[in-house]
Amino acid sequence: MSWIETFTSMLGSPLMQRAFLAAVLVGAAAPVVGTFLVQRRMSLMGDGIGHVALTGVALGWLVGNWTGLAPHDALAVPGAVVMAILGSVVIELVRERGRTNGDLALALMFYGGIAGGVLLIKVAGGTNANLISYLFGSISTVSAADLAWTVVLAVLVLAVGVGLRSALFAVSHDEEFARASGLPVRLLNMLIATIAALTVTVAMRVVGLLLVSALMIVPVAVAQLYARSFSRTMAVASGIGVAVSIVGLTITYWEDFPPGATIVVLAILVYGVASTLRPFLRRSQPAGDPHPDVSDDVLIADSAAD
Amino acid sequence: MSDDVIQAEGLGVQLGGQQILTGIDLSVGRGEVLALLGANGSGKSTLVRALLGIVPIASGSVRLLDSPLGRSAPWERIGYVPQRLPGSAGVPASALEVVTAGLLNGHRLRPPRDARVRALTALEEVGLTDKACSPVHELSGGQQQRVLIARALVRRPELLVLDEPTSGIDIPTQQTFVDAVLRLHDGGATVVVILHELGPFAPLIERAVVLRHGRIAHDGAPPHARDEHATLGHDHTHAHPGPTPRPTGPTLSVEVNL
Repeated sequence: MSWIETFTSMLGSPLMQRAFLAAVLVGAAAPVVGTFLVQRRMSLMGDGIGHVALTGVALGWLVGNWTGLAPHDALAVPGAVVMAILGSVVIELVRERGRTNGDLALALMFYGGIAGGVLLIKVAGGTNANLISYLFGSISTVSAADLAWTVVLAVLVLAVGVGLRSALFAVSHDEEFARASGLPVRLLNMLIATIAALTVTVAMRVVGLLLVSALMIVPVAVAQLYARSFSRTMAVASGIGVAVSIVGLTITYWEDFPPGATIVVLAILVYGVASTLRPFLRRSQPAGDPHPDVSDDVLIADSAAD
Repeated sequence: MSDDVIQAEGLGVQLGGQQILTGIDLSVGRGEVLALLGANGSGKSTLVRALLGIVPIASGSVRLLDSPLGRSAPWERIGYVPQRLPGSAGVPASALEVVTAGLLNGHRLRPPRDARVRALTALEEVGLTDKACSPVHELSGGQQQRVLIARALVRRPELLVLDEPTSGIDIPTQQTFVDAVLRLHDGGATVVVILHELGPFAPLIERAVVLRHGRIAHDGAPPHARDEHATLGHDHTHAHPGPTPRPTGPTLSVEVNL
């Protein structure tokens, strides 16, 4: 069987079609949000939200059991969405209060989220094995319902992140000036926190909660090596996100690799190559003296006059 | 309708449990150029930040251009130039993007259609046309200051507030600030500027407010420099002549034999 045939059979399988659609949307949306997080120096926020979302997943199971829903995990994604938004709003409030103990609050959230998830899934009658697919992703088991969630949330994240990027940039870049311009700073901060939370839950099935942050941050890390503006960084990062998601997923069709981990390792490889080649590829600075002539230059005393 | 651009009554500000400003009454009329003077820590920056709604007000009231501070204030007519750019962020931002952010305000969350042209014009006014696409963190301190003033000018403000625009800045950039203020003033704008010393702004300043320990200590004509310091062309930089101080302890001398 030639590789073209394999390729068409891959694209023909409804399972792979679903997986590709989910991967492309997540690959495009995650770095858009990641650009704001990196700008705000909150690269690990996605990780914190991911941990909290695990508690949400388990909570969804628990409620699903109580109400006797047919699939146990029907409420897993809604549960994750609710907990992730709650968690991100709390992180944002802690950040707003003062930066000193934000780090500690984030740590408490990491551990509380994981421990809560493991505990609740046991109460719900499940095992830790049920959580594994959320922790590390299982794009090959994406159901039609999952896909619907992914499409709606990813489109929402992209619409907000790209549509309001100027305002979100303004508040991330210089919060004080944004306040002095009457921008609704708190609302915009909460909006960033919320779309970060939505991205985490959207990406949960693709790369898993533990690796979500990587897909948000690593493409941005690559893009900012070369880009000279914020919007360019965002566009390039989003492109890289889509590319590594497609390539990573394609690899897993041939090799039995876990898709989430493959996508993240690919992204990190791209970063490695990009940062190694940076000195050779970076546009050279325009020639000319970088020091402007100024009229009040320092007067140097004539030492011979002493 | 009052003609005052800024109207603060009984303004008090608390930060971190400390009373930073107490009972500030300040009204600034249209077209005035007001200097805010005072020692470090006297509350100058906090006053400006309270007037612009950056820090919360504990007591009293503020009206800007005849509207109470808040959502309904005419933010698009107010320009603010902070002391410096916030510390380097994780993602590069071009000068053009930073200036474009000046076109957003409480009533407009997306830049207008002609944002690019207006931002480029503002950058041209401060002489940075060729740096429009450079990341701001690659610019020199003086150039960054120019970007900040362009961000305020891009709004065509009726009220311009500058926080120590001349501290640590080379003379040409200081002149850029003075020119910008002069142009706005000629157009009828009101200017509030925090200064350590009047410096190049001296000819423009009509009124000075001096803060001391969070209260207004003086409000009126700008203070004059003392004695010969006020004369035109006085050289502020000079050596301090005088006898060489006597050694206070046993002196140590070293002889080197070659």
